[in-house]
Formats: sequence, C-alpha cells, structure tokens
Amino acid sequence: MKATSLLYLDGVSVTFDGFKALNELSLTIAPGEMRAIIGPNGAGKTTMMDVITGKTKPDRGEIYFDGAIDLTGEDEASIAEIGIGRKFQKPTVFESHTVRDNLELALKAPRGPFATLFHVISGRETKRIDDLLGLIRLSDRKHELAANLSHGQKQWLEIGMLLAQDPKLLLVDEPAAGMTDAETAETAELLKDIAQDHSVVVVEHDMEFVRSLGVRVTVLHEGSVLAEGSLDHVSANERVVEVYLGR
Amino acid sequence: MMTSFLFRAMDARAGVFLAIMAAVIILVPAGNLLVPHGSPFHVPTYAVTLMGKYLTYALLALAVDLVWGYCGILSLGHAAFFALGGYAMGMYLMRQIGTRGVYGDPTLPDFMVFLNWQELPWYWYGFDMFWFAALMVLLVPGLIAFVFGWFAFRSRVTGVYLSIITQALTYALLLAFFRNDMGFGGNNGLTDFKDILGFDIQADTTRAGLFAASGLALVLSYMICRSITRSKLGKVLVAVRDAESRIRFLGYRVEHYKLFVWTLSAMMAGVAGALYVPQVGIINPGEFAPANSIEVVIWVAVGGRGTLVGAVLGAVLVNFAKTWFTAALPEIWLFALGGLFVFVTLFLPKGILGTLNDGWSALRQRRNSSGQEDGTGGPRPQAKQSEDAPASTPPPVPAMSRAGASHPQPAE
Ligand SMILES: Nc1ncnc2c1ncn2[C@@H]1O[C@H](COP(=O)(O)OP(=O)(O)OP(=O)(O)O)[C@@H](O)[C@H]1O
Ligand SMILES: [Mg+2]
Repeated sequence: MKATSLLYLDGVSVTFDGFKALNELSLTIAPGEMRAIIGPNGAGKTTMMDVITGKTKPDRGEIYFDGAIDLTGEDEASIAEIGIGRKFQKPTVFESHTVRDNLELALKAPRGPFATLFHVISGRETKRIDDLLGLIRLSDRKHELAANLSHGQKQWLEIGMLLAQDPKLLLVDEPAAGMTDAETAETAELLKDIAQDHSVVVVEHDMEFVRSLGVRVTVLHEGSVLAEGSLDHVSANERVVEVYLGR
Repeated sequence: MMTSFLFRAMDARAGVFLAIMAAVIILVPAGNLLVPHGSPFHVPTYAVTLMGKYLTYALLALAVDLVWGYCGILSLGHAAFFALGGYAMGMYLMRQIGTRGVYGDPTLPDFMVFLNWQELPWYWYGFDMFWFAALMVLLVPGLIAFVFGWFAFRSRVTGVYLSIITQALTYALLLAFFRNDMGFGGNNGLTDFKDILGFDIQADTTRAGLFAASGLALVLSYMICRSITRSKLGKVLVAVRDAESRIRFLGYRVEHYKLFVWTLSAMMAGVAGALYVPQVGIINPGEFAPANSIEVVIWVAVGGRGTLVGAVLGAVLVNFAKTWFTAALPEIWLFALGGLFVFVTLFLPKGILGTLNDGWSALRQRRNSSGQEDGTGGPRPQAKQSEDAPASTPPPVPAMSRAGASHPQPAE
C-alpha cells in the first residue's frame, strides 16, 4: 500500500492544547487519483493539509509521498519542491504584485536567491504564463495588482499559481467558497481538467460541487475517517447523516 | 548575465536620480575648489563636509530601506553595522598617524601607550594597509550580520521580536566598545586623524574627494539595490514582506533570501560608516547608541519606504532639519523629530515619495479614463471576463491599483 500510493498517511495525530484535531488519521491517495474530502466544520480537513505540507508537525504517525519520501521531517519549502502544491482555504495571493508576477513567482524554476537574482524570463516561461492566464480567465487583467481581484478571481489565481508550480499532487482547500453558482460550476470543470494529468485532493463543503466532480469521497469527522466511497455511498451512511444533521 | 543584471536598474526614475547625483557630485566640490571665496556660489568647506556626511547617512538609509521596505525586516540595529565600518576605517586612520601622535610611538596608537600596552593586539594587524581596512569595512559588518541573521532567520524570529534583538545587538556592541580593554579606544573612540591614503585629511581637496567618494558610493549602492529590487529576487522579497508563510509553500527558502539582503545591507551600512568617519574626524561608541538606529528608520519612513530614492531624500531632509534645529533651537530637536514621525505615520503613511507616487498614478488614471470617455481608450473590460474575450486589450489601471497595495497578508 505504502509503496504504490502517491500519498500515504498512517495513524497521524495532532493535538492543539489537549484538543485532538487529527486522531489516528489514515488515508491513501493513488497516483493520478482525484479525491474529495468532506466533513463538518472543525473536522480537521485543513489541519490534514497543514500536516502534509509541513506547516504543522504531527505528534504521531507516518506520512509518505511517492512511496518512499518521508514528509514528517521536511519543512514547507522542501515539501513544495518535492512536488506538493497547496491552495489555501482563505485565498492568499501576493496582493502588491500583479497577476502576472504572481504566476511568475509560482512558475517551476530554481528557487535559490542567486538563481532568482540573475533570472531573465524566457520565451517559454512567458508562453506558459499566458497559457495559464487563459486557463484561469485572467488574461485581460494580467497587469493589475492581485489586490484588485474579486474573491473568486483570487481563488482562480491561486489555482493558476498551483498549476504553475506543476506539482505532482495538488491540495485544494475549499476552492468554491464565496463563488456564485456559475463560478462554482466553472471551477469544477477547471479542476476536472487539472485532474487529467495531476493527482488532486479537494476539500469542499458544497455538495453540488462534490457531486459534479464525480470522484471518490472521504468523510472526515473529529480528526479521523468516518466513511469513504462514492458520494451516494457515503450519503447513505447513517453515521455521516448523523454528524451532518447533528450540528 | 551581469550586464542584463545592471541594465535592469535603469529607467526614467533611475535616470533622474543619477542626473541629480551627478550634478551634486560635480558641482559641490567644484563650488568649493574652483569658485573664489568672495563669490556667492562659493561652497565653504564646512558645508562640503556636512553634505558629505548627509550622503553617508543617505547610504545608511538606503541599506535600511532594502531590508525594511522590500523584505519587511524592521532593523533597529543598522547603526551597529555603520559603526563597525566606521571603526574599521578609524583603525586604518589611527595607524596612519604613526609617530605624529602625542607619544610618538611608531606603531601603537596613543590610547594604547596611555594604557601601558606593550604591543599591538592581533586584531589591529593589517590595518596599516588601506586595502586591508577597506576589506574589513565590508567583511566585519557582513560577517556579524551573517551570523546574526543565520540564527535569527532560521529560527523564524520575525516582526517586533526581531526588531528588539537588533536593538540588543547594537546595545551589546555599545557596551563592549565602551570598555578600554577591548582595544578600540574605549569611551573616547578613535580620533586625531592626520591623513588618508597620504592626503592631509583636513585639506579642502581631500574633503572634496571624500564628498565625491560618498556620492559615488551612494550611486553605486543605489544601482545595486535597484537591480535587486527589479529582479525576480526582488519580487520574492516583496512576497516575503507581504505574506511570508505563503511564499514558503511555493518552495522558496525565506531564510536564505533574508540572509542575502540582510548581509548585503549590513555591508552597505559598513561602507557608509567608513566614509563617515574621515569626514567627521572621530568614531566613538556613541555611534552604537540604540537611538541612532531608530533615527535611521524615521528617515526612511519620512522619505517613503520601499522606494529607495525616498530613503535618500528622507535622510537628507531630516538631517538638514536636524542641523538647522540643533543650531537654532537645540532643546526642541527631539520633540520635533518625534512629532515628525507621528505626523508622517498618521498623515503620510507611505512617506513623501510614496505619496507622490500615489498622486502620480491617480493623475495618470484620470487622464486614462477621460481618454476613455472620448472613445480613445478602448472598451472597459468587465470585471469578470468571459473565456473568449480578446486577451490583447490591456485594461486601464483602476485608481485603486496602487492604494492598499501593501497590506501584509498572512497565509491562513
Ligand atoms: N493552530 C491551531 N491551534 C489551535 N487549534 C487549532 C489550530 N488549527 C486548527 N485548530 C482546531 O482544530 C480543529 C480542526 O480545524 P480545521 O481547520 O482542520 O478544520 P476544518 O475541517 O478545515 O474546518 P472548516 O471546514 O471550518 O475549514 C478546529 O477545532 C480548530 O479550531
Ligand atoms: Mg478548513
């Protein structure tokens, strides 16, 4: 299991001041898979991403990437370099940079200070940025500061930055939050496109959105997996109905 | 690679700055040396020295702006690097005195003879050679900054905590340099310099030369800073300033970036100190005073942080005011400085240059939108663009594009 999976979590626990945000969480994502994660507020979805990306250190448990790489000892920068990209729940783009510069910063390239100091943008990079701008529908706003984008556009810009990084695994936290229905539908299409050649983990509350992805769903509750399977399968689970209605 | 690196620094704004600096560097010494004494255009020597001192302060402010304005590291200890550079130069100047000292000892500076020291401490070796001292002007502040930054940035000390430990650094050095047994002249510091590179340090020509050297050092440092801030590295720095934890998730090692600009900035401050000392004729531990470092931050805030030119402008303006106040109304200078800082923080949060920049882009925006009403500006694209919209029409920059640009925004 561990050797063949892209992401492997086993018995991961995180405690904040005695409160168990993750409780013996185990989860595997296969290469090329897209997985949706749902669960009530405070279930530990974001904390799970924090633990995978090195923001939070787990108290216990194993996290392996690509079968062999132990992520628990690595920091944020090396985990990003290993090939895990992340979109945050609250969109965080670099507001005093233009849309284009945000993408340039994310673009896969050497990350050291001397490499960036002498960096001259190549035609290939410009083309890649333009392609991404088209994909996230921001071509005509590329010279604008990211601060001026609408909430939904910031979400897309962040997805664009994620793609620019070209990671093997994308962790996408609530990409549709604060979007109109039309935007939500478009975002689902965009993610399905991305999933063609990337592995993706999406956290989302919007059930319509999750349904339109049409992928395997994992339900988290109180820091561990409550149920897993197709959306119809998990919605039929009594415990799942209970935790959702019980709140 | 190198040419494109320096080429990047040039644009209209850099051109204006360089033109002004070229005029200053040529006209001030010329007004002193070439214009006869009676003429209204004659620049007295004391004024050359005073302005030369301002230029070294401007260089110090530039160094602070690089780390604070672009990378968000609020250093309250940059005067320490300035003073270290100054001491390195002071040590060279002391060794140049030779037998002309009060005690006439060929190698030992007067204060060592006075303390009954028999030989030169090892760390004074080499300072009789200018090239060695010049190297130390860069290496000593650079090395101390590197070691300090290595520990501070790796343990992710940021914000107020970092500012406080930079104050602690300069304070610790202040106490150390006060001690006689440190071998840096204690309380009195290093003074009574005679000549530099064989030129009489009091001569008008030497003063003019030091002035020009300060101007050139400022110009060169400005070009280096600007090449950096306009490079991709500069974009990473601004991203670190605005959302430090976010940029880590893109794979950038924030500590390496901070260490790079921090060390470079300390070296620039060291050069500033080295040019300051021969012009004012003394270096003593007072230069390490924590208040000095805070003053530099005020200069940068007044001029406009994150603009480079603003730092230079702020340093010159505030110090000009200081010179005037301390002559006319010495008691109230500190209150005036405090008042100025409060005023700038409340009413000009982006400093003089930042405010001018805003005004300029607002004006351009108004011109743009009136062009649009005439039908010359092209259609205004909708906020939300459909997929098939032409990608080639650049949208007009809205008035908001500059305002509110630099709110720090933590990830999550
Ligand atoms: N740094 C922290 N310190 C203390 N408690 C935390 C911290 N981070 C998260 N928690 C707590 O851990 C629990 C899980 O939080 P998490 O953000 O992972 O939930 P979530 O499933 O993402 O919820 P939501 O759907 O609201 O985003 C919450 O109760 C939260 O308050
Ligand atoms: Mg969450």
